[in-house]
Amino acid sequence: MDYSDLIQKLLNGNARAVARLITLVENDIEAAENIINAIYSHTGNAYILGITGSPGSGKSTFISTLTKIYATQGKKIGIICVDPTSPLTGGALLGDRIRMKDNFSLKNVFIRSMANRGQLGGLARATEDAVKILDAYGCDIIIVETVGVGQSEVDIFKSAHTVVVLLVPGSGDDIQAIKAGIMEITDIFVVNKMDLSGADKKIADIMQMLELRMNYKYAFEKVGENNSLKSNWTPEIVKANSITGENFEELIKLIDKHREFLSKSGVIENYQKNRIKSETLQILKHKITKKVEGLISSNPTIDEYIRLVMDKSLDPYSMANLIVKLLGLE
Amino acid sequence: MGEKRKIKVLVCKPGLDGHDRGAKVIARALRDAGMEVIYTGLHQTPDMIVQTILQEDPDAVMLSMLSGAHKALCPVIMEKLNENDIDDVLVSVGGIIPDEDKPFLEKHGLKGFYGPGTELKTIVEFVKNNLKR
Repeated sequence: MDYSDLIQKLLNGNARAVARLITLVENDIEAAENIINAIYSHTGNAYILGITGSPGSGKSTFISTLTKIYATQGKKIGIICVDPTSPLTGGALLGDRIRMKDNFSLKNVFIRSMANRGQLGGLARATEDAVKILDAYGCDIIIVETVGVGQSEVDIFKSAHTVVVLLVPGSGDDIQAIKAGIMEITDIFVVNKMDLSGADKKIADIMQMLELRMNYKYAFEKVGENNSLKSNWTPEIVKANSITGENFEELIKLIDKHREFLSKSGVIENYQKNRIKSETLQILKHKITKKVEGLISSNPTIDEYIRLVMDKSLDPYSMANLIVKLLGLE
Repeated sequence: MGEKRKIKVLVCKPGLDGHDRGAKVIARALRDAGMEVIYTGLHQTPDMIVQTILQEDPDAVMLSMLSGAHKALCPVIMEKLNENDIDDVLVSVGGIIPDEDKPFLEKHGLKGFYGPGTELKTIVEFVKNNLKR
């Protein structure tokens, strides 16, 4: 299929073309390849903000308020909201727009809901591609809202320039604050719903956790293992109220500060290198998995291996090694 | 196509009507039938609805109206869709739609008109069988 017409419209700033192209990259991986190939040289101008946090922490409302401020500054904004797909039915209920009503009619704001379609990590397979489409569309800022779950939805760390994590007062005890995962990928912590009691306690918890991390970092540096890409950034903490917009001015200053930090020589380049690496790895994984699945589902040799494993004359690790050889991937 | 194509549906509450139990039940039923459903919340103006359709690119739109404003709002929505060259989306309105209004709405390109008591299965089948693309 030829997408050049749609792509031309996209580059001319046509919103409908954006919507169509995102649908295509969501539904069809081959279309995604062609489209990204055609628009890639037009990307790289947008600043990508990742917003994550547990369900109910106020991500959508937060984004709505942030968007309103950026929109009044005359910026063009793209928003992608990822929600989970039901593992049982394959269906999904995407409700993030409910909280973003105020921005529905703004001409410079493009909001797109996306189901994760079973992908782990907090994003959908097509999220990265959709970000590129919005980038080529001319968005100054692209905000990505991850699925609101748990402590390990950390893929956003690889896709966004600045990762903002939302926490709420009174959620979880102090131990929650030192768990691995989300807490470690954060550039800016926002204690949302600051009017609730316990906001200052939450800030103290985070500060304590960060201090521990600083000590670890020192230890790693000693043994020469410090290769974290944003290693010299000390995460900022701010409390805010997404409904009233209280403290958002400060928050935006912190985002700008992180942006400035990244643009200093070396850091952004390192970041980009890592991003390209991880993205390519993701694509390769997808392709290889597909190939392997195809092979395993219809191959008499594999059936033979499976029988051997059932007879206990072969174990799954050895079988996997044989398949690697068969694929010529050794 | 690599992956199985998903049907994407937008469920909307146009106008000033504040009751969305029905819309939520429909949204849930379509989700359980394996569709990706976007619910926009209450009090949507035609402009907001058309803007959402433009950005989300759904296969079907289900308008839920109990307020009696369907004859005023539905034609405006259809007109604005036309202005934006959106002609491949199934647009359905349901809720409380009197029989005598149905021909008028049909003339404007709307379908469905399911009211209280409709089996959810009927609505799922309706969406699956009336898609325009």
